[in-house]
Amino acid sequence: MKKLESTFINMLISLTLVALVASVSLAYMNELTIGPKEAARKLKKLNAIKSVLPDITNDPFTEKMSFAVEGEKDSLDFYPGKNEAGMAGVAISTYTNKGYSGLIRLMVGFNMEGNIHNIAVLEQKETPGLGTKITTESYVAQYLGKNPGTYKMTPTKDGGEVNAITGATITTRAFNDAVQRAYDSFEKEKNQFNTEAQ
Amino acid sequence: MEYILIIIAAVFVNNIVLNQFLGICPFLGVSKKVSTAVGMTGAVTFVMTLATLVTYLLHQYLLVPFELEYLRTISFILVIATLVQMVEIILKKISPALYRALGVFLPLITTNCAVLGVAILALGMQDTTLIKALVFAIANAIGFGLAIIVFSSIREYLDLVNIPKGMKGVPIALLVAGLLSLAFMGFIGIV
Amino acid sequence: MNKTWNNFIRGIIKENPVFVMLLGMCPTLGVTSTAFNGLGMGMATMFVLIMSNIVVSLIKPFIPDKVRIPAFIVVIASFVTIVEMLLEAYIPALYEQLGIFIPLIVVNCLILGRAEAFASKNNVLQSIIDGLGMGLGFTLALTALGVTREILGSGSIFSFNIFGENASMMILFILPPGAFLALAYLAALYNRFTIKN
Repeated sequence: MKKLESTFINMLISLTLVALVASVSLAYMNELTIGPKEAARKLKKLNAIKSVLPDITNDPFTEKMSFAVEGEKDSLDFYPGKNEAGMAGVAISTYTNKGYSGLIRLMVGFNMEGNIHNIAVLEQKETPGLGTKITTESYVAQYLGKNPGTYKMTPTKDGGEVNAITGATITTRAFNDAVQRAYDSFEKEKNQFNTEAQ
Repeated sequence: MEYILIIIAAVFVNNIVLNQFLGICPFLGVSKKVSTAVGMTGAVTFVMTLATLVTYLLHQYLLVPFELEYLRTISFILVIATLVQMVEIILKKISPALYRALGVFLPLITTNCAVLGVAILALGMQDTTLIKALVFAIANAIGFGLAIIVFSSIREYLDLVNIPKGMKGVPIALLVAGLLSLAFMGFIGIV
Repeated sequence: MNKTWNNFIRGIIKENPVFVMLLGMCPTLGVTSTAFNGLGMGMATMFVLIMSNIVVSLIKPFIPDKVRIPAFIVVIASFVTIVEMLLEAYIPALYEQLGIFIPLIVVNCLILGRAEAFASKNNVLQSIIDGLGMGLGFTLALTALGVTREILGSGSIFSFNIFGENASMMILFILPPGAFLALAYLAALYNRFTIKN
């Protein structure tokens, strides 16, 4: 193999070519995978919705409604769940930006009285072994059946009723923030759903 | 103040080496003497801060507006590689002694997962601003320095001790690192 | 044929990337809290290693010497990005578990190291074998560490509970210090059996 001379023009051409081929291939791959990525995200959401509500018979996506939150630029998505008896509950996709590593997305399932049926973590980048404990059943268990209207959603060290994760107070506070946001929005908009019960 | 929280968390609670496992290669490789550890820390701090600055701006003003986020990995690593080249050239001129002491480990900062890791982690912070990203980067560099300097001072003592043959070198180093990591876990309650 | 076999086996035992050459330490410690993650990371890395070895081996004659490192980096980074996309689209569970360590495959010294030390100086077939051997060695090391940590720390293996639902395990092993400790002893064991040879 004759070694290619490291002249400036050779270096420039070869690097540009490599970069070009790389960029084009990646753009192509991006196009290919955008669909499946979206599908995977949607499936995960659907599973999350199903896990935080009691058994439902409708397709939550077709009846999804979005409501803006006062003072924030992102809105929350409401996924109504219905069964034969009418409204089973609403799954709300909520978020907080106050996690240790930023964004945490939760799916909170409320029954129509505002009690938490279940909470699923959709997205988080918290520290493994510490903040990631919010995904465990044992942590979430303390929220089940509680109504944020009466249940003080702050860590015990802040005077609330939530047992924070040791070493992950920031994460715990963020989790509470997201649930509270969902509840406040739910209280504000829930009347829109009662009238839709068949 | 938010920045204090970021700093304490990055240096102690989520220490980049002992908790997040980034920067292990230089941690194990350059830590035989305290002096090289200090030099490495300086170089890493400089590169990490500069890299986070450039990659943040790149991401914010080029990748996101043009929907090129998938080029993140490739563009970030090229930025880092370029910066390290520059540091090499500058260091050669300013402090040839340090340049020789760091030896092959200087170009290896390019493949230091901590630099790329921090650049990516900085993007994921809450309400990231440029200042926050920079504070985050510097704090993580300090955390790296803390870990590697403490570790190297312990290793200097290890040289004087009798170690079973099978444990010599890597295993005992990892064991010490594990104990250090355990010690740092004590900081968990702070935040 | 003998040369090819030696080429292959070398990456698994004599020059094992993790236990001997100490390359790719970050993912080794960072994602091995479960066996599944260790195996997944190993395979993702092996994919990038083999593909970049192939491309580097093919394009090396056309790359001037002075710019070979940046060129290799672009190649490696591209395959890492492809793995990122494929995992996010088709194996989202693994994508989430491995997190930041997926893009960090690009700085795994193993891959750039093999590109520079081997693929750029050998033909495509041998480069594939080298990638296969090293990749397998890496995967085996990561999986071994993952299995060890998962059994000791969670009482399960590939999420399959061995000791019963509520057995109390040494949680330390799925936490950061445990990674260091587990690897320390695995490395010592490895030395014990290979130094003897």
